[in-house]
This record gives sequence, C-alpha cells and structure tokens, in this order.
Amino acid sequence: MTVDVSTFVGPYPFRHLPDPSPGGLLRQMDRLGIDHAWVGHLPSAFYRDPAPGTEELLRLVAPHRDRLLPVPAVHPGLPRWEDDLRAAADAGAPAVRVYPGQQALSPAGPEMVALVAAAAGHRLPVLLTVKLEDLRQRHPLDTAPDLPPSGVRALARLEAGARLLVTHADRGFVEEVHFGLTPDEARRVLWEISWIWGPPEDHLALVLETVGVERFTFGTGMPLRLPDGAVAKLDLLAPAAADRARLTGANLQRWRE
Amino acid sequence: MLIDVHAHFHTERSSRPDWRDLNQRRLTAGRQMGITAHVASILGSYGARSPVYFPSQDDIRHANDALAALCAEHRGLVYGYCVVNPNYTDHAVREIESRVAAGFVGVKLAASRRADDRLLDPIADTARQCGVPILHHIWQHRRRDWPGQEASDAVEFVALARRHPGTKFILAHLGGGGDWQHSLRVLRGVVNVWVDLSGSGLDCGMLEAAVAAVGVERLLWGADITLDTGLAKLRYLESILPPNEVAAVRHGNAEAVFPPGAFR
Repeated sequence: MTVDVSTFVGPYPFRHLPDPSPGGLLRQMDRLGIDHAWVGHLPSAFYRDPAPGTEELLRLVAPHRDRLLPVPAVHPGLPRWEDDLRAAADAGAPAVRVYPGQQALSPAGPEMVALVAAAAGHRLPVLLTVKLEDLRQRHPLDTAPDLPPSGVRALARLEAGARLLVTHADRGFVEEVHFGLTPDEARRVLWEISWIWGPPEDHLALVLETVGVERFTFGTGMPLRLPDGAVAKLDLLAPAAADRARLTGANLQRWRE
Repeated sequence: MLIDVHAHFHTERSSRPDWRDLNQRRLTAGRQMGITAHVASILGSYGARSPVYFPSQDDIRHANDALAALCAEHRGLVYGYCVVNPNYTDHAVREIESRVAAGFVGVKLAASRRADDRLLDPIADTARQCGVPILHHIWQHRRRDWPGQEASDAVEFVALARRHPGTKFILAHLGGGGDWQHSLRVLRGVVNVWVDLSGSGLDCGMLEAAVAAVGVERLLWGADITLDTGLAKLRYLESILPPNEVAAVRHGNAEAVFPPGAFR
C-alpha cells in the first residue's frame, strides 16, 4: 500500500502545469502503482483566504475519495481560522496544510504556534512544505521564502501532541532539524523523501541510517514534479522489502496513531 | 544502451575524503540503471586548490590526467571530456588537441568566461577541428551574476554556437536549476545545439516542452550530480515517447553527436 503525502490539484500561478486535475493525478498514480494520495489545493497557497479553495478541493476529490484524501489549507492569521480547521477535521482530512512563506507568517510565530496546538487537539498533523520550486527558477514575483529549519525545530518543541509532516526538505534541512531536537521531539516530525538526493551522493541512504527509517515517508510533489523521482530513489536504494513497506505507508500509519 | 552525457568523477584533490567511494557509487548505481557509457569530466580540484568554475592550469592537467586513468581502468564504460579554462587559451587548445588524440570524446566548459566572449572562439574552432562536441555549463536564464562562477545562459551560449555553425554544442543540465522555459525559447531552430536533460530538477512539463521546442532528435540523456533524477526522467520519457524515440534519447542522438564509433 503506497501513500503519496505530497500531491496537489489545481493550477500554479508561476508556471503552466500540463495536467493538475484529479484525473491527471490518478493517471500518474496508476502508472507508478501509488494507491492513495494526500491532496492539497495548489492555488490555495497563494489565496488571501484559502477557504474557497478548500471548497473546490473537496468538490474535486469527492468522486475519488477512495484514493484521494483532501488536505485543506488553513491560514492561521485570519479571523476564525479555527472554523476552517474544524471543517477540515469534519471533512475527514488526514492533515491540514499551512504555508507560512506564502501567507507571510513567521514560521514559528504566534499564529503558527496556535495552529499546531489546535491541530493537535483535533489529532491532525500539520503539513509543511519547505519549497514549491527551486529558488533558482522562481518567477520574479514569487518572493516567498523557503521554510527555515529553525521554524520546524521551534514548532516541534511545542507540545507532545504536535505532529509535523515536512515535505520537500533536503538532507541538510532534515539533519539540522532532527539533530536539533530531543528524541521525543524528533518523533513528532515525519519527513517526506522527494527532495532528498539518491545516488551517487546517497543522501537518502545516509539519513535513513542516521535519522532512522521510521522517520520518513513517501511523497512525490505531483503535479509540480515528476513522480518518477521518488519511486526511482526507492528503486535505487533497494531497501529490504520491509523497509520499503515502511517508507511507502507503514511509517505514516504508525506515526498518525 | 544508455549514454550519460553529463557525468562527473573526483580525485584525491577533490575537497572530499569520500572521493573514491563517490566514484564507485556512480559506477555501481549506473550499473543498476543500465548505463553503458559515462561521458564524464573532472572539474579541477572542485575548489580545493582553485575554484570549481575557475580551475587553474595545474588542476586542469591533474584532473584530465585522472580522468584519462579512469577511462583506461574502465575502458568502454567511462569516456572523457577535456576540461579547459579559456582564460589560458594556449593551454586550453593544447589540452584539447592532446586529450582528444589520446581518446577523449568532448570538451567541457564550465563557467570561467562568459560563453559569448571572443576568447572562446579558439576553443570552439579546436573542438570542430578535432571533431568533438563542447558541453557547456549553463545557468537557465541567468538574471544576475551568481557567486563562484561566470555563468552563461542560453542567450550567451547560442551567440557562441551561431558564430561556430560547424561545431557541435551541448547545453548542459536543462534540469539543473533556473528557468528552463527561457532556454528552450532560445534554442528553437539552433541546429548545432543539443540539450542535455540532466540535473536534479524534475519539473512536470519540462520534458514535453523540450521535445516541442527542439525535437526528440536533439535531446541527450544525462544525470549530472543526481542519478536518481536522471532515472526518473528516463522513465517518464518512456511513458510519453514511442520506443524508437526513447532509444534516440538514450543513446542514438549521443552517438551522432560524439565522434563516430566513440561508444563501440
């Protein structure tokens, strides 16, 4: 059972995407044997208020709820954002997304702290995206900063119930956060693998060994990035079959329990 | 066959103690992926004794010597690009002539001098005379100067290619960061430039756009620093192109760009 925790539907404002529809997502998932996906609504990252984006997300994935699970965005700087969080929980979302860079929030400021605490109250992980695109290729108007490791460290230290799923982080980011946390704090963080280099540098193999295989899970970044990347990393890694099962879904399931 | 037109190896001068393992890991993963030819360069001492993109003559000589030794050790698997720094013009021309005579199959230009600078003309002429292509490091749409390199973008690169229509050029790592859409616009209709698909970038739409802009016949498969992203792009191409076109990208186009019989 392979679960992709990093997917989106909807267009991207800074680059044309060939097919950001649920149908396009499902076609790629079928091609690569991905069973389920956690799906965000890409334009919501840039909306002043993501709530209408959530409505659209729920409508788009509704016919495919057996495979596509909606992960709505919440903007904790808005009035009554708690209603959006509650609505996400009521809609059966496995997590909520927040984009401090795009939403101009301090990565570990009071709004983010409040969101992580409230999400913990709903037993919902908060999904953080380090970057949507490589800094070197950004549109001139795309000035949102990457999520900094210091922000993740600060949020992970908040409380025992906090759960942070961090996507699109590279090796250095993972290490800087993981080894800056106590073991209890580090267990609150799960890392998605799509931006961690494979061979010959073998960053993924290294962090699986040093940080621990249980701290990682599968994701692709579709439809911004080719999903083949994450699958190729696993194929070249050739982990023991049990480890592959952990990386593609079992770690995620255990971490959420 | 699978030809990686953009590979790198390291030497004891590289600023990394794991250089031997790193070389071995490239060969091991390459075997796993089915790579039959690594066309490689060694960028001087990778900053240990002179800057990566501004290698000294001594570092260049050492790097090209080390690559020649690797080619000999892995004959039929590792092939060499002659690294040069165009600021040392006479040295660069001599290096190209002697290394190609000894079996190297291409020239690697990094970012020691802007691609449209006239100082590159003797390099391009020598490559043409020797019958080898030039792989040129490119920053896809350079909107400013970046530290550590005098990077060129496709506009500057194509200026060089147009001055030397008899020389074959390879635009390096379309997926290596930067705005690949900008580069593809520049490359339309420039028939002596091929596109190397390497780089860690895996943007959806990039491969389709490359096919549309320059045609399958001018695409070359490569990996550069990350073999996993190279494999990903290859697999994706297999899902959108017919087998004969995939074969062209895997090896056929490279066989046409490099000297005849280079990969036998």
